[in-house]
Amino acid sequence: MSETGGVARRGMFGAGSTGDTSGYGGLVVRRQVAASSPRPYGGYFDDVADHMERSGLGDAIERTVVDRDEITFFVKRERIRDVAAVMRDNPELRFELLSGVSGVHYPLEEGGELHAVYHLLSMTHNRRVRLEVAIPDADPHVPSVVSVYPTADWHERETWDFFGIIFDGHPALTRIEMPDDWVGHPQRKDYPLGGIPVEYRGAEVPPPDERRSYS
Amino acid sequence: MTTTYDAYSAGATDDGTAEGKVFNLAGSDWDEVVAGAKDAADDERLVVNMGPQHPSTHGVLRLILTLDGESVDEVRVGIGYLHTGIEKNMEYRTWTQGTTFCTRMDYLAPIFNETAYCLAVEKLLGVTDKIPERANVIRVMMMELNRISSHLVAIATFGLELGATTVMLNGFVEREYTLDLFEEITGLRMNMAYIRPGGVAQDIGPAAIAKLRAYLERMPERFGQLRKLLDANPVYLARTKDVAYLDLTGCMALGVTGPVLRSAGLPWDLRKTQPYCGYETYDFEVHTQDTCDVYGRYLVRMAEMEESLKIVEQCVERLTKGSAKDGPVMIEDKKIGWPAQLAIGTDGMGNSPAHIGHIMGESMEALIHHFKLVTEGFRVPAGQAYAAVESPRGELAAHVVSDGGTRPHRAHFRDPSFVNLQATAAMCEGSYVADVIAAVASLDPVMGGVDR
Repeated sequence: MSETGGVARRGMFGAGSTGDTSGYGGLVVRRQVAASSPRPYGGYFDDVADHMERSGLGDAIERTVVDRDEITFFVKRERIRDVAAVMRDNPELRFELLSGVSGVHYPLEEGGELHAVYHLLSMTHNRRVRLEVAIPDADPHVPSVVSVYPTADWHERETWDFFGIIFDGHPALTRIEMPDDWVGHPQRKDYPLGGIPVEYRGAEVPPPDERRSYS
Repeated sequence: MTTTYDAYSAGATDDGTAEGKVFNLAGSDWDEVVAGAKDAADDERLVVNMGPQHPSTHGVLRLILTLDGESVDEVRVGIGYLHTGIEKNMEYRTWTQGTTFCTRMDYLAPIFNETAYCLAVEKLLGVTDKIPERANVIRVMMMELNRISSHLVAIATFGLELGATTVMLNGFVEREYTLDLFEEITGLRMNMAYIRPGGVAQDIGPAAIAKLRAYLERMPERFGQLRKLLDANPVYLARTKDVAYLDLTGCMALGVTGPVLRSAGLPWDLRKTQPYCGYETYDFEVHTQDTCDVYGRYLVRMAEMEESLKIVEQCVERLTKGSAKDGPVMIEDKKIGWPAQLAIGTDGMGNSPAHIGHIMGESMEALIHHFKLVTEGFRVPAGQAYAAVESPRGELAAHVVSDGGTRPHRAHFRDPSFVNLQATAAMCEGSYVADVIAAVASLDPVMGGVDR
């Protein structure tokens, strides 16, 4: 958060090119600070966090966020495979199913632009948790969890395809949705949506990524 | 046509030629392959590129089969032929417009896509408890009707792929009746964008209730007929029993959910284990089989349709007599809830005359509010949420990230077709070519959902 200084949004109505007639032009909304949630987390979250600590994963977790009845463990990227293995094998945790891996691109989060997000499901205990790994755009490497969860195979290929996150140790990290010779990673925020203007009842409607945005 | 050039493996060798002979087939010319394979004594393995244009691959699925005679040595799955960038597109529309996009992902289960997405958005907004009861009952009813129509297609196309046209026709006729209901309720047969953040697009009318009652009377008998056609049909049994075996361990490792998982004996159904939309208040059962084969998956699907009918019946009761007899179908919060009373006008369906009269004739504030809500949309507090529903194919989940704006920062769908397709190799390798068709059909992948 360098030049933006943690500012999420300025003004109110998305209009930046014209004079401020609304009076809201000076409004500054700051981005949320990346902080850990305090204990107790509530529900089964404390139980899961305790067992993770007892299994020696305490130092692998950078921070823990509880929000909207969901818990997210931010994992150090070099430890993600260990964490996944413990999460699956420890009988007290037993997250036997990996629901999916996907990416999120936060271009303003300096040093952690790309996030790989893992959703784990424990059918034994009927619980869900989320693991998240934040990595810099300049060095987009994450260890693959395919050796722990074979289902991650296609998910990681998709995340590589769409975000350019390289999963080290993946058996065959190739594009899965885009053609093999495609250039770029389409789900990143710096990749344009594309489109052409459309004429509708005499007026020209610009393509979606050039229309006014309010956020 | 026999050549040595293979366009699909160009680059396999330096001069762009394939390792062996290449046959380019357009159908009905298998004699060439048979003749060609006969005189290639040293080259016994045949690589067959099945799809993406093939009638039995459920749309544009590409299977690369390595055959040793009739048996399958290796299966590789190629997807991506129907990738349309729906997730990317959703980042450029308001939260409400998102339903119109995600409904087109798994096109046989549009209501489930919409519901998963809306549940995630509602979780982000923190309004999950404020969804009116009538809206929840309608959601459940639509989902169960959709489950029936989707399973009917699964069973019908499966029949077609095995060469049983009767099954196909019977299945599609019943599906058409289900789609008629959708048309009556939402105005559209498919891709309805009916479930919206905050509730549903419009209320159910008396005509739809009458149609639902007729449907409930008709279907049990029709399911019985379908069962008579298939349950003990010796040809069907020969093609499905002990075929495409995938046990519980395999399902867990490969992330497989839905009827395939339940055919391996685990009664895991999110409607029971992690209920949403009030599923815990309905009376229904989760059916399992322990055969782990194609026939077991068929039985699970059949039983699920019968259970769905039970749920629809309970929904109709609630909508006509019970606690959800009347009331709003959209959240009361005017900052989120779209006008949910639609009417047919001279230019098609639109807002009701009462609403138009209110915003155009009575209240300037209401007009401003309507305009802002429709053009700008509502803001969703920053954060992320994950909401999963039990779709006809398994766990369908939406992972939605907001940066606090009027558009999703990221919307990702965990589509069960995508995940389940990974099991193709585990199910098919070592079996006969003909069983590959049965295996893929029993997974019931929908390529719109796989590729998104």
